Amino acid sequence: MKEIVIDPITRLEGHGNVSIFLNNEGEVENAYLKIPELRGFEQFCVGRRAELMPILTTRICGVCPVAHHFAATKALDAAFNVDPPSAAKKLRELMYAGYIIYDHILHFYYLGGPDFIVGPDAPPEKRNILGVIEKAGMDVAKEVIKHRAYGQRITAILGGKATHPVCGLPGGISKPLSEENRQEIEMMAASSLEFAKFTLKIFHDIVLGNPKYVDMIKSDAYTMNTYYMGLVDEHNKVNFYDGKIRVVYPSGGEFLKFEPKDYLTQIGEHVEEWTYSKFPFLKKVGWKGLVYGPDSGVYRVGPLGRLNASDGMATPLAQEEYEVMYKTLGGKPVHGTLAFHWARLIELLYATERALELVRDPEITSTNVRNKPGEPGEGVGVVEAARGTLYHHYVLDKDALIKDVNMIVATTNNYPAICMSIRDAAKGLIHDGKVNQGILNMVEMAFRAYDPCFGCATHFAVGQMPLTVAIYDANRKLVQKLER
Amino acid sequence: MGEKLKLGFYWAASCGGCEIAVLDINEKILDVVKIADIVFWPVAIDVKYKDVEAMPDKYIDICFFNGSIRTGEQEHMAKLLRQKSKTLVAFGSCAQEGCIPGLANLHDRKEIFDKVYLESKSIANPKRIVPKTTTEAKEGTLKLPEFYNTVKTLDQTVDVDYYLPGCPPPVKLIATAVDAIANNQLPPKGSVLAPLKSVCDECPRKKDNKKISKIYRVHEKIPEPEKCLLEQGIICMGPATRSGCGAQCLTVDMPCTGCGGPCPNSPEQGAAMMSALASILGLEGETEHYTQEDVDNLMDQIKDPLGTFYMYSLPSSILRRKVMEQ
Repeated sequence: MKEIVIDPITRLEGHGNVSIFLNNEGEVENAYLKIPELRGFEQFCVGRRAELMPILTTRICGVCPVAHHFAATKALDAAFNVDPPSAAKKLRELMYAGYIIYDHILHFYYLGGPDFIVGPDAPPEKRNILGVIEKAGMDVAKEVIKHRAYGQRITAILGGKATHPVCGLPGGISKPLSEENRQEIEMMAASSLEFAKFTLKIFHDIVLGNPKYVDMIKSDAYTMNTYYMGLVDEHNKVNFYDGKIRVVYPSGGEFLKFEPKDYLTQIGEHVEEWTYSKFPFLKKVGWKGLVYGPDSGVYRVGPLGRLNASDGMATPLAQEEYEVMYKTLGGKPVHGTLAFHWARLIELLYATERALELVRDPEITSTNVRNKPGEPGEGVGVVEAARGTLYHHYVLDKDALIKDVNMIVATTNNYPAICMSIRDAAKGLIHDGKVNQGILNMVEMAFRAYDPCFGCATHFAVGQMPLTVAIYDANRKLVQKLER
Repeated sequence: MGEKLKLGFYWAASCGGCEIAVLDINEKILDVVKIADIVFWPVAIDVKYKDVEAMPDKYIDICFFNGSIRTGEQEHMAKLLRQKSKTLVAFGSCAQEGCIPGLANLHDRKEIFDKVYLESKSIANPKRIVPKTTTEAKEGTLKLPEFYNTVKTLDQTVDVDYYLPGCPPPVKLIATAVDAIANNQLPPKGSVLAPLKSVCDECPRKKDNKKISKIYRVHEKIPEPEKCLLEQGIICMGPATRSGCGAQCLTVDMPCTGCGGPCPNSPEQGAAMMSALASILGLEGETEHYTQEDVDNLMDQIKDPLGTFYMYSLPSSILRRKVMEQ
């Protein structure tokens, strides 16, 4: 049996790699995505002061620290049995919108977007942010840098630091928003809204204007019918910061809707010995291995998961675009993995609209931003990280020290599906043992669509990954080596 | 101007925040590109491991290395990049001192594996499976790198020339370091590329040199906005932490937790903070007559002293790790 290894940087680098095994006919037998790193936050957070959890857990991921910060803060709200003042909730959600703006721009322009904008068959040295700049122009590049920085600045104003903010407290937020800072955020949010519209226009012109790309989005190699999960508000609209968790069937329609505190009755985590990551699944359906369809407990989260799991977007422009996407791709739910990119941009538009609503809310500069925490107990906090539903669950002792921690991290939810997407893309694209650069990138595209951030366990796909592909014959003798 | 400088960036066990901090220098990156070629940066450009191996020794002028050392692979890359770089910079708290993930040194591999794979509340693992370095799947052999018992800093692994502190390093410090590199004004080897003063020196809050008798946790008290948090009884690591961040956390009324690492003359950050706290913690009106019970009661107010005073520096401290019973 032949083995192909797709290894970011090398076998020795250690932030995740793919092994593809071919059978004697040169067809793909199986593929494994291994996560080779672990840090053990669930263990070393035990014994720490509970109020530090929003600061400690940001270090799970420097790309999405705001998500961990507020999942932790909300878990503490619940554990201390305190409901924050309305203004504090709005400030948290405003900062959250800033984070989504920064993170979705980062992914579209720096990470996943190059595949479409520059093209999946383009030479590897062009398939990056510099290639995007070349194709879209320097003026666009300046706008990209500016608006990514705006997203970070919104977090820095409210959170103290953009990377690893510190403002979240059980019962509220550490400081109110001044009028001066409010005006600055309003300016940045308004500018980001225009930029989000512009970004969607690029997507329509370059991606949707090209039938080849649309066919690729709809192709079998990139299609997987799974359950979908996301937070929704009381009208079943997408919400990043708060709500209930809704799961829809692979065929559409509500399967589950539950409160964050009830997540343990709905989600389990399977373990395999060949990877450090765990495999979450829906308990009511069960773990059936790496298979999909209605009988498999595998579900998907993230932009496409959220849009599929909801009935729409809570802001007008994003709702319009939501309708266009489902109309173009043939109704709900959309199973095409590459549609994650489109869904991500709809969410970018929503985040900018929502940021503007919040920053113009008269209550946003209220100085009533903290309520007094109650006695320490147990609590679950759930938010939608850019990459999916994020669960933090703490048990506190009488001194409000951490007694137990459980977390299900955004990308981990998608891990079973990512493993299958890679396997299926490989099966659909590699035949007769023939492998070339374009095919390998298309296999890679299958997981880049998820914007996988194993920074939450490791972080192998924060950027364009250099690939080393070694093909071994049945005796493990190297017969071919491809690199880019 | 002669040949362009050759820069490298690498990450080991880290969260990715140091990478984001580099992006956060925004348009300054254009200055960097003017003076330097980036010859290795897995996150952004396509240079492979084998290309690094093929480089002559000392080919990279300056290599910025973030993340701590937790696996055999990370140790290998640290050694390789040391060999290929004239100057190696420990970039950020993980590389410099181990940072928050270094608190894993309170446990060993077995405790962490048991918790993550066997005992976590959401685990459904009736066969009690735990990841292994080698698995024989039906299609072939699958390998994972070994997970070490102990988190190590970069300079516990290889020789380090400079340290850029912070979690992540503040944009201002990164920019200053870039300027120093561009103008060939780097300080002597071994220097920490940050101001000599403490966070307190950058903090605008007013100090009255007041004693405290009661310690409050951040969620227990709304502090007065202009006054020193420590003097209001909230533990703030400012006196024991190196500056350069502009006291950012204090701008939102939250205490410093110490991510900048130790001050130049007190390399043991946790001990320095305990000493600072000892000098202001006391009974009201009392100056010298403390019973053992008085002292115990005062000290008992400090919950989780290890996680508080060594939140970022456990692996680099004299404590290093918890001794595990075999």
